[in-house]
Amino acid sequence: MSLVSGSSAWRTVHQTTILLAASTLAGLAPAQSTTDILKKGEYLARAGDCVACHTVSGGKQFAGGRAMPTPFGNLYVPNITPDDTTGIGRWSSDDFYKTMHQGRSRDGSLLYPAMPFAAYTKVTRADSDAIYAYLMSTPPVRQSNRAHELRFPYNKRQLLLGWRALYFTEGEYQSDVKQTLEWNRGAYLVQGLGHCSMCHTAINALGGSSESKKFQGGMIPNQNWYAPSLTSNREAGLGDWKIEDIMSLLQAGVSHRGTVYGPMAEVVYNSLQYVSDEDIRAMAVYLKALPSDNRRVEGPDPAQLVQPRVLELGRKVYAVQCAMCHGVEGKGTPPAFPPLANNQSIAMDSPVNSIRMVLNGGYPPGTRKNPRPHGMPPFAQLLSDAEVAAVVTYIRVSWDNHGLPVTPKQANAIRSATLD
Amino acid sequence: MAPLCAPADEAAIAAFKTMDSMEARVQACTTCHGQRGQGTDNAYFPRLAGKPAGYLYNQLLSFRDGTRKYAPMNYLVAYLPDEYLKEMADHFSKERPDFMPPTAPTRPPAALERGAKLVLGGDPSRQIPACVACHGATLMGMEPGIPALIGLRSNYLAAQLSRWRSKERRAATPDCMQRVASRLTDGDIANVSAWLASRPAPADPTPIAPNAVRLPIACGSQS
Repeated sequence: MSLVSGSSAWRTVHQTTILLAASTLAGLAPAQSTTDILKKGEYLARAGDCVACHTVSGGKQFAGGRAMPTPFGNLYVPNITPDDTTGIGRWSSDDFYKTMHQGRSRDGSLLYPAMPFAAYTKVTRADSDAIYAYLMSTPPVRQSNRAHELRFPYNKRQLLLGWRALYFTEGEYQSDVKQTLEWNRGAYLVQGLGHCSMCHTAINALGGSSESKKFQGGMIPNQNWYAPSLTSNREAGLGDWKIEDIMSLLQAGVSHRGTVYGPMAEVVYNSLQYVSDEDIRAMAVYLKALPSDNRRVEGPDPAQLVQPRVLELGRKVYAVQCAMCHGVEGKGTPPAFPPLANNQSIAMDSPVNSIRMVLNGGYPPGTRKNPRPHGMPPFAQLLSDAEVAAVVTYIRVSWDNHGLPVTPKQANAIRSATLD
Repeated sequence: MAPLCAPADEAAIAAFKTMDSMEARVQACTTCHGQRGQGTDNAYFPRLAGKPAGYLYNQLLSFRDGTRKYAPMNYLVAYLPDEYLKEMADHFSKERPDFMPPTAPTRPPAALERGAKLVLGGDPSRQIPACVACHGATLMGMEPGIPALIGLRSNYLAAQLSRWRSKERRAATPDCMQRVASRLTDGDIANVSAWLASRPAPADPTPIAPNAVRLPIACGSQS
């Protein structure tokens, strides 16, 4: 959807909302337009990945209750089904927009920024109304919200005023007239509903993501996954990717350049696989155009830093366990088995994701465009910390990859980390 | 630094003929469960091969949805759709690799004898049905939802029975295994597990047909 047709569609939806309200009062339901607005709302709710946080694994959709571990304690996500007493059944579309746009609940209380309102504030009123209409159409579930368990002083909501002053700018997305409509549509989705910067921007000690470091990557709190920088071509910067490969990664979960696992697999599974080709292309265009930092680290070739016996151990492990799928030259058989050579995610500064993959393996998400993904086995039970470190080191310095060596201690730290 | 000294476990090493095959797609399962689901040298991970497809599918769904808890499995299948999990279950249910050799008994003969008695005859005084009453005379399970008990290690069997007893592991209601496990003592669990793990595979490892025999207690996994 281009921004122009998008805007006109939004206007139509907004008018439809008014019509809908009017005709409901008159007892006349305009079936087609109701269907349209609900379909649009469902689509946008998926683009915003509401379900990921507002649903417990295997639980009732949108009924909340999922614990979100944060460095400050556990937050419990609220029920957003239209139940009158425990959900948002009595909320108006104004209340809902206030939450999305201002990060304030219906009663005026400030939301914790685990709710990505710093991103959702960019969502238009018409889109917010469509999501609201869709949520109101889902089955109400009576399930009371659980109180947050935050440590002092983080349990004091007044602190949020300070957080908001530092990290929150209220306001709908403003088009950049110097850019194409497609780029703007992509920016709207990535910065708004997609809330990509929640993970792909480093989180500081106050739990804020700094605007100046936007999309520069960071560890995802409490998950032991590293969300790579989207602005560095040495990490997950997409500057030298083909648009088709970016689209495939986002929508199918696999591509000729790399594959998604872990938290990003969840995002593709719950959200991006349902986003239209047009919107995915727009997101790809925007992401590819993000300012990129191509600096190469000066210094000796990292391979020279590796002790020969470590490299030899890594090569042996690779030959036995990895070469069958990833190839002796690390080229893989994409998209089924990702390449390791010239794969940014292998050589980036943080080795966390590579270590995790060797220890725990992983399946990419099963998606509409790739319903039967090939998977990688876990090796935690077969390889020692020294072997894991050696093989990760080997793939980080081989075939023109310029990563730094990994120590057995680093491998051990991830081995002991929780998988949940 | 430890060299890669132990001879690699053949069953745990990637091998497949064509990329576009289930064989290639389930490589993620092989380092724990073996190339064809026969198990590996590891003393815990269970054999999958030949278990009824319905049973394997129920387990994959439960791991994905978190109702059966084992973090490495929960993580691995978290984002896989129903149809694909079904296909994986079908794949391993049709495999018939050789069995790993049974393990040497870990309990004294008298304890094994008590285990055998419980497996083959149950204990009517404590309302414990015989394992064979549902899992089949050869203990290779019953289609579609009751698993084989032969070809598994005692560690695994004992852990499952204990988890069922503590309600950590559950099955579809009515959860017959929960009822059975709730009547077992620690000693029963150790004896039964040790005896089962010491048994060689039968000549015909096929599970019995659905409802080939009438079940002594209602089983949600068979409906």
